[in-house]
Amino acid sequence: MNITQVLFWFLSVLAVGSAIMVVASKNPVHSILFLIITFFAISGHYILLNAQFLAIVNIIVYAGAIMVLFLFVVMLMNLNAESEPPQRNKYLLYGGTIAGASLLLVLVAALKQTGVTGQMIQTNGGSVGLIENLGKLLFTDYVFPFEISSVLFLSAMIGAVVVSKREG
Amino acid sequence: MPINYYIFLALALFCIGIIGVLTRRNAIIIFMCIELMLNAANLLLVAFSKMHVDVNQPTAGSDAQIFVFFIMVVAAAEVSVGLAIIVMLYRNIHSVDVNFLNRLKN
Repeated sequence: MNITQVLFWFLSVLAVGSAIMVVASKNPVHSILFLIITFFAISGHYILLNAQFLAIVNIIVYAGAIMVLFLFVVMLMNLNAESEPPQRNKYLLYGGTIAGASLLLVLVAALKQTGVTGQMIQTNGGSVGLIENLGKLLFTDYVFPFEISSVLFLSAMIGAVVVSKREG
Repeated sequence: MPINYYIFLALALFCIGIIGVLTRRNAIIIFMCIELMLNAANLLLVAFSKMHVDVNQPTAGSDAQIFVFFIMVVAAAEVSVGLAIIVMLYRNIHSVDVNFLNRLKN
């Protein structure tokens, strides 16, 4: 078991464990903090796959911007474990858990023997995920979607302002 | 590292997100579980982009990582609008419980 496998298992256990804690914890602030841990673990996986650009973008955009926005909204609403709406319908709780677990079981069973099984992926090597390659591709082949995404951001910004503006 | 491990890891994260959406009642937690599912898909895309390694073509698989980048862009826009809607709902009904939102009016 070399260092890559050790890191893989450590990051996987960290990601799955904190993802479970996101769903299980009562306090919304704790959920958000566990989700930040999950995103850092996923960024660690990106670094392990040598996708350096995406690892940095994941930390900046998800852990830095999106989760701070979530934390801001939760603290603005002053939500805590007491104000958390409890799931009174126990059947829904058990049914949802069983449904999700069954989906996992079916997908794992179906994908266990597919054609890609056993194909190795290149870890800690390769130049696919470097900024040089992705930047060149983004500004040549994908320059039109890149510009469209700026229009999307503008419309999202205007939409957020319009929706959250107090009626007056 | 075999591709199976990454497939099963992404599936586990995705199914945890689905369980959260189905069982929780807090709208913000449901939204966070959707983010978790998006990240599981991103992880799988990056893993598959590193599967077909070709010595003659060092940039093979870059398209998947560009797609992940655009998914992150769309997720950021989605979060800003979605949280604005949740704030507006909280202002109207003073709760984030999705069971109160089944009428969509008053």
